[in-house]
Amino acid sequence: MMALRQSLELGLALCRTCGLAVSRASLESDGRCPRCQSRIEHRTPFSTEMTLAWLIAGIVLYIPANLLPVMHTGGLMGEADSTILGGIFEFWRSGDWDIALLIFIASVAVPFTKFIAIGLLLLTVRYNSRWQQHQRTALYRIVEFIGYWSMLDVIVVALTSALMQFQVLGTAEPRAGIAFFCGVVVVTMLSALSFDPRLIWDQRA
Amino acid sequence: MSAAPTQPSDDELPTPLVKNRRWIPRLVWVVPIAAAVIGISLLIKNWENQGPQITISFLSGEGVQVGKTLVKYRDVTVGHVSAVGLSADHKTVLVSADLSKDAESLLKADTQFWIVRPRIGVGSVSGLGTLLSGVYIGLKTGTATLSESHFTGLENPPALSHGPHGRELQLHAARAGSLSVGAPVYFRQFQVGRVIDENLLPDGSTRVSVFVEAPYDGFLKPVTRFWNASGIDVRLGADGLSVQTESLAAVLAGGLAFDDGPTEAVAAENMPGEFTLYKNETEAMAPPDGDPRYIRMRFAQALRGIDVGAPIEFVGVNIGSVVAVDLGYDFQNKTFPVIVTAKVYPRRMGQAYEVLAAQGKTESEETLAAFVGTMVNRGLRAQPRSASLLTGKLYIALDFLPASPRAAFDSSIRPLELPTVNGTFQELEAGVARIVKKVNDLPLEQIVADLHTDLTDLHEILSELHTRALPNAEDTLSALHRTLDSADRTLDVESPLQRSLSETLSESRSTLQAVRELAAYLDRHPDALLRGRRPQKMPQRPAALSSDAKP
Repeated sequence: MMALRQSLELGLALCRTCGLAVSRASLESDGRCPRCQSRIEHRTPFSTEMTLAWLIAGIVLYIPANLLPVMHTGGLMGEADSTILGGIFEFWRSGDWDIALLIFIASVAVPFTKFIAIGLLLLTVRYNSRWQQHQRTALYRIVEFIGYWSMLDVIVVALTSALMQFQVLGTAEPRAGIAFFCGVVVVTMLSALSFDPRLIWDQRA
Repeated sequence: MSAAPTQPSDDELPTPLVKNRRWIPRLVWVVPIAAAVIGISLLIKNWENQGPQITISFLSGEGVQVGKTLVKYRDVTVGHVSAVGLSADHKTVLVSADLSKDAESLLKADTQFWIVRPRIGVGSVSGLGTLLSGVYIGLKTGTATLSESHFTGLENPPALSHGPHGRELQLHAARAGSLSVGAPVYFRQFQVGRVIDENLLPDGSTRVSVFVEAPYDGFLKPVTRFWNASGIDVRLGADGLSVQTESLAAVLAGGLAFDDGPTEAVAAENMPGEFTLYKNETEAMAPPDGDPRYIRMRFAQALRGIDVGAPIEFVGVNIGSVVAVDLGYDFQNKTFPVIVTAKVYPRRMGQAYEVLAAQGKTESEETLAAFVGTMVNRGLRAQPRSASLLTGKLYIALDFLPASPRAAFDSSIRPLELPTVNGTFQELEAGVARIVKKVNDLPLEQIVADLHTDLTDLHEILSELHTRALPNAEDTLSALHRTLDSADRTLDVESPLQRSLSETLSESRSTLQAVRELAAYLDRHPDALLRGRRPQKMPQRPAALSSDAKP
C-alpha cells in the first residue's frame, strides 16, 4: 500500500476527460491535454473551497426547505400547508409508517448524511488525516450515488401537484419550500462533484 | 527520463496553470451567501408576518382541531387554531389562534368570533362547506378603537357576518309572530333585507332588529310602515277572490314587509329609531289610531255572538273593538247584565275628531266625558247588531237613536259607561215570535172546514151555470152580434142616413154663417133693426190692388 507512488512524484498528470496520462513536461503551455484539449490539472483547483462553499449553501438552504411548506393541499376536506417534517409526522400518526420512513430517509436522512459525509471528508482532507482512507473514498462514492435519490421529495410534490387537480374536490400546489429543497439537492450534488477524492490520498507535509 | 524532465517543467508549470482564472472558483461563495441572504430575509419576513395570538372562549369546542381549524374573515383565512384547552373553571373552552399580521387590525374590543357549522333553515342554508372540511371560526370585526386579545365567542353566528352597507333598525311589536332570525324583509315583494335579531323585552313585547341593504335603505322614510308578511292573505271582495303573499319562503319562514304609510299621517322629519311592527298590511296602512279610550256598556240581554275583538262602529265607522265581555249582577233588579268593555280610538273618527279637537273637546278626560254626555242626551246609544246572519256574529253600534228612552249618564265614571238599547235583532225576533203566535192562534181547522163547504157550494153554482146559463148567453151574444152588424151598416159612410146627415150639417153650417153675419151687422149697425139694411160701399182696396198689379 505504502509502496504506491503518487503521480506528483512520477511527474505525471491524468486527463480526467479522456483518461490520457501525460507527463507534466508534455503538457501544453496552458495545461491542456494534448489529445482532447481538456484542461489537465494535477488536483482540481480550489476543490475544498468550492466544496465547502456548496456545502454551506446546502446547509443554509436546508433550513427554509424544512421551515417553509412544501405543498398546499385544498379541497372539500379543508386546506392545509404541509412541511416536510409535518408530512412525515402526519403519515406516521395515520399509520402509514412505511411512507413516513421513505420520506424521512429521502428528505431528512439523506441530506444530513451528505452534509456530515462531505463535512467529514473536508475536515479530514484539511488536516491531512490518514485515517480510514479507503472507507472515506467509499463514503465519497456513496455520497455521489445517493445524490440523485434525494430528489424523491421533489418528484413526489411535482407528481402530486400535476395529478391532483380536481378543482373543488382536491388540488395540490407546490410551495416555496420544495424549491429550497430542490436547491439543497442540487447544491449538495455540486458540492460532492467539486470534491476531488484524490485529495484523500494526498500526503502533504 | 522521468526525473530529468520533471525538474525544469516543475519550474515552468505553475505559471500558466494557476494564474488563469483564479477568481472564478471564488465566485462559488456567492451561492452560500445568496442562500443565506434569502434564508435570513425569509426569516425576517416570517417574523414580521408573525401576527397576534388570541384566545377565544366558547361554550363548546365541537369540531375545533388544533392546526386544522382556520380562522376566516370574509371566507379568507386569517389564522389557524394553535391550541384548544379548557378554562380554569372548566366551564368554557379556550381556543388559541395564531392570526396573520394583516389580521391584526381586525382585532377590536368588540370583534366577534363564532364557530361556523352547517346550518339549514327554511330561508337559507349556510356553512355547507363545513360538512366536509370541518368547522372554522368566523370573525366579524368591530368598530371599537381598543384592541383586545381575549374574546368571548358567540354561540350563534351573527346574521350579518361582514357588514354590507345599509341601515339597521328596530321594530317594536306586541308579538313576533312566526319571525325568525334571517327571515326576509320585503319592499313591494322584493327582498331588500333580513331580520338579524329578535329580543324579548322585559315588558314582554318583542323587539325585532332588521337590516335593509344599501341601495334599498333609501326606501325607508319616517312614514314607512312595517308589517308581518308571513302567511297568505286571502280576501273575498267585490271584485272577486284575491290571494296575496310576499313569497313562499315568507309563508314558511315568516317575513316582514314595509312600504310608505299614508303620507299625511306623520309630519316628523327625523327618522324614528324604532318602528312599530303591525300585524298585517291593512293594519299598517290604517291611519294612526292614537291612544285608545275605554268605554263600558251594560246590556240587559244575552249577547251570544259577541267576541273579544268584535268591532265597535260609530255611525257605521269602525272606531274600536271589544276587549272584554263579562257578566255582571244587578242587585236591585236581580238580573245578570252583560258588561262589554271596549276600546275606541277617537282618532279613527277622522275629520270629526279634528273638528272636536279644534274645539277642545278632546283636551282631557273630563271635557271628553262631558261631550259624550251631551251626545247621550241627543240619543247616543250602544246597540248590539248582527254583523252576519250566517255566522250570528254581533258588533256593537254606537248610534243616535232619538226615539230611545232617556238614560242616565254619569260622566265621572271611568271608563265611561254608555247607555244601551237592546239589539234590533231581538226586537225582530220578538216580532217574528208574535206573528208566529198569532198564526198559531188562528182557527185553522174551522177555516178549512168552512172553506170546504163554500167550495162545494161554489162548485154546484158553477155546474148550474154551465148547464143553464151558458146556452142563453150564447143566444144573447148572437143577437147582439146582429144588432151590431146593422148598426155598422147604418153608420157606413155610403149609407143614406150618413149622407142626409152630412147635408143637414152643411145646411145648418151656412145657416149659422148667415146668423153670425147678421149678428155682426147688427152689432155695428144696431139701427138696422129699425131702419133696415143700408147699401154698403165697396171697399177701395181691391181697385188699388188691381191698379198696382197692372204695370
